[in-house]
Amino acid sequence: MSKILIKIDGREFEASEGMTILQAAKEVGVEIPTLCYYEKLEPYGGCRLCTVEAEIRGRSKLVAACLYPVEKDLIVRTRTEKVDQIRKMLLELMLAHAPASRDLQAYAEEYGADKNRFQKESSFCIHCGLCVRYCAEIKKKEVITFVDRGTNREISFIPEIASQECENCKECFPLCPTEALQAAYVLTQALSFPSLQSVTE
Amino acid sequence: MDNAAIDHIINKYQGQARFLIQILMEIQEENRWLPREVLKTVSEKLDVSFRQVMRIATMYKTFSLVPKGHNEIHICMGNACHVRGAERLLKEVQELTGIKPGETDSDGKFSLEIGCCRGNCCSGPVMEIGGKTQDKMSPAEALKNYE
Repeated sequence: MSKILIKIDGREFEASEGMTILQAAKEVGVEIPTLCYYEKLEPYGGCRLCTVEAEIRGRSKLVAACLYPVEKDLIVRTRTEKVDQIRKMLLELMLAHAPASRDLQAYAEEYGADKNRFQKESSFCIHCGLCVRYCAEIKKKEVITFVDRGTNREISFIPEIASQECENCKECFPLCPTEALQAAYVLTQALSFPSLQSVTE
Repeated sequence: MDNAAIDHIINKYQGQARFLIQILMEIQEENRWLPREVLKTVSEKLDVSFRQVMRIATMYKTFSLVPKGHNEIHICMGNACHVRGAERLLKEVQELTGIKPGETDSDGKFSLEIGCCRGNCCSGPVMEIGGKTQDKMSPAEALKNYE
């Protein structure tokens, strides 16, 4: 493994090949906010909260730190005005869906996001996919999934499998960045009213 | 839809999981909707998780998880049709069939969908029944042909 010299917020760091910016930043001690990231899972790049400015050969672009692999002479800036603005906007949009989330509120305070900026649409889900991916990648049960698309996209348990598996697991509940109760609610709904599930038209 | 018919479609694609969407499309075409049991059979036969099948079946508008009528009515709500009275046409068709967009009537004769542009703007407002554009007639006449 060759070493790659990079710079994160002015601090130099020797990263090894295959590392992502997020992992390197953690080593350096620079904190990058994340919502959809979880060490044991494949990076997803869904929440975009880890957006940073990456400068290569004099050009800088915005990338998701959890997905972007380090490369030679990379200069990363994690708290520029542009990045902060993006994070603030993302937080405000997500807060419209999950105003009560503690994780979101903590970040909102840091980035000055106003949780009342957008009209509330409390779905309690920000589509981070943690529960869906955890179930598929680690438990290998594939009980929970996204259904529908666009603005109607939502998480849904598959009742037939959920009735056998979920009772003893429920490991996806605490992963939820918005409210553990949301997954509990969707699961209860799936088990109590299987006929309602996924009838989307 | 029985297992033999599903098998026939799956065999056409040598039971390869990468043809999932095509297989679902053919079942949709033949059966006019995708019952849960059929999706389960497909997921078992192709060795694709049910989760994945559901995700795809809910993602695309081609697939319907509720029964569709024999004749699908599509009414165009695109710009040209809108200007030429699509709203009035939709209202009249709704009154005639008694169903709203996205619904199917109780005897499974018609289902109603609205969409944007059926590619025939010059004869707007466009109404399609069973894939055929209904031209130069009143909605009542058009529907009568399919009763």
